[in-house]
Amino acid sequence: MLTYIARRLLISVPTLIFISLVIFLLLNLAPNDPMAQVPLTVPPEVKQKMREALGLGQPLYVQFLKWLIQLFWIEPQVFIDYMFNTSFSEGKLRVISWQTRSPVMDIIVQRMPQTLWVVGMSYVVGILIAIPIGIYSAYKQYSVFDQVGTFVTMIGYSVPPFFTGVFVIVIFSVQLGWLPSIYDTTHTVVDWETFKIQLKQMVMPVMVLALQTTAMINRFMRATMLDNLNQDYVRTARAKGLSEWTVVMIHVLRNSMIPVITVIALNVPAIFGGAIITEQVFKVNGIGQQLIGAIYANDLPTVQTITFMFAVLIVLFNLLADIIYGILDPRIRYD
Amino acid sequence: MTDNNDITAKPRSKIKDVWDQFKSHKGALLGAIIFFSIVLLVMVGPFIWPFDANQIDIRSRNQGPSLLHPFGTDQLGRDTLARMMAGGRTSIAVGLAAMALSLFFGSFIGVTAGFYKRLDGVLMRFTDLFLSLPLLPLLLVMMLLFREPLSEAYGPERGMFVLIVVSIGVTSWMPTARIVRADVLALKEREFVLAAKASGTSDTLIILRHIMPNVLSPIMVSATLGIANGIITESALSFLGLGFPPDFPTWGRLLNDAVDYLQQFPERVFWPGLAISLTVLSINYLGDGLRDALDPRMRKR
Repeated sequence: MLTYIARRLLISVPTLIFISLVIFLLLNLAPNDPMAQVPLTVPPEVKQKMREALGLGQPLYVQFLKWLIQLFWIEPQVFIDYMFNTSFSEGKLRVISWQTRSPVMDIIVQRMPQTLWVVGMSYVVGILIAIPIGIYSAYKQYSVFDQVGTFVTMIGYSVPPFFTGVFVIVIFSVQLGWLPSIYDTTHTVVDWETFKIQLKQMVMPVMVLALQTTAMINRFMRATMLDNLNQDYVRTARAKGLSEWTVVMIHVLRNSMIPVITVIALNVPAIFGGAIITEQVFKVNGIGQQLIGAIYANDLPTVQTITFMFAVLIVLFNLLADIIYGILDPRIRYD
Repeated sequence: MTDNNDITAKPRSKIKDVWDQFKSHKGALLGAIIFFSIVLLVMVGPFIWPFDANQIDIRSRNQGPSLLHPFGTDQLGRDTLARMMAGGRTSIAVGLAAMALSLFFGSFIGVTAGFYKRLDGVLMRFTDLFLSLPLLPLLLVMMLLFREPLSEAYGPERGMFVLIVVSIGVTSWMPTARIVRADVLALKEREFVLAAKASGTSDTLIILRHIMPNVLSPIMVSATLGIANGIITESALSFLGLGFPPDFPTWGRLLNDAVDYLQQFPERVFWPGLAISLTVLSINYLGDGLRDALDPRMRKR
């Protein structure tokens, strides 16, 4: 197992470098001028100087290497400085946003909590709804409950978040006026009243994202439960005279959870991707909105860094899913 | 199994078997009917409907539903039903074209990887790499970067169409490739392939005649899911304002336009959203039924 983890970690390094290369080339080979917004009255020499100040005068491989060093060497140093009050990174050039002229990572750190709060909450809510429904629909296959559950799942699967989001805004904000349509991130919780406001503004984005999670995990949960319910060991357990609760909730559930947990791990990055759209609908100023804003403003370093962070998430959670699978299921041996 | 002993009975064709199984899945049948009606409506509708999607009639702007305009009119007095049909044409065309492209890449890479052992490792690592790319951010970046050069080359609408179809195509072929490869790996060891090889059939012919027809069913199932994926992705891009130009209606674009008037005319978001959802829902049911119908293990009764 340890050798497997070590090998997988080693493989993920070239994967990440390849991905960063793809992102970098895609952004830098495209015809695109960051000086396009600068007024025409600025003389060309000055423009050339500005370009060089942004690190654009050099050949591509130098730019790529510099970006890699900034990302993998200088940024971790900044992080260590921040954690332990050291000064490794002093005077070193960090990845600078062209939009705000401040380090990209600082903005990401500011934006991350909003995204994590909404996305993380929705994921937990989605899982908590999906698993009991999945268990019960599999146990009562073809019952009314199962039919309704499958239909709702199919809807959650098919209706895109930009429609469910807008739809709940129309109903609960415009028509009924119960909930605010815009997520206010400056709001701080100090007492019961502010907590209620926070709860109100979180309900819609969380539920919209949770619907997607629920649909996906419920479908999977039901399928694996059905697979396991027809196995011989279930008949044995029943024949031994175990109660139905023990058979289903302990024997079958534990076996069914193995693939479900890996799916939960595998889909974390996808949920972050979906959050881009949901953040746009509810105007949450999280990392997804930062990405969209940077794309509109032609801010290449920010776009590069955020896209790369999404890639890191995907690689990381793929690895995590494989490891969890190996630990939970003794039948799986990787070496 | 009743006509087994009766030699004179007509042999059952595979297509009829598939159709019988498909028919028994009520949701799938309904999905197929709804999907094909929507396609028919958006293809034929604009020829029958008297209003043009881009015909501006400023005096009758912001109208509610009436006999003349069943879905009402927008802020420039354009007929919403006409725009919905024109938008559906684009959205469904994008979905179909992107699906075709992604199926082509997917089956090509899947068949090559499955059939030629030497290429298997390389191609599958390549697929894995693509699977770990963050697709939505990359799609957004592609839209931003290649929008202008392609608009200049092919005109704003056609350029955007090419760009969206190609970007969805190159970012969605991976699941198809994996499924096809797994099937080809199993098929390759079967006797009929061995027999074909022994009789001196060339690799290309073996793939085209013996392998491809047998992997058709997983490809068809991914085709349905591919259309749904294409429609949703296109709508998401248009919704974020990075898709087709503003005066060119697609379902996502109409939804995006309607969001600006959410306070005054909340009912406007309903039609495009419903159209997208209904189409995707019907396609997903169609795919479900198709998967069951094409799986011979399900058909044995």
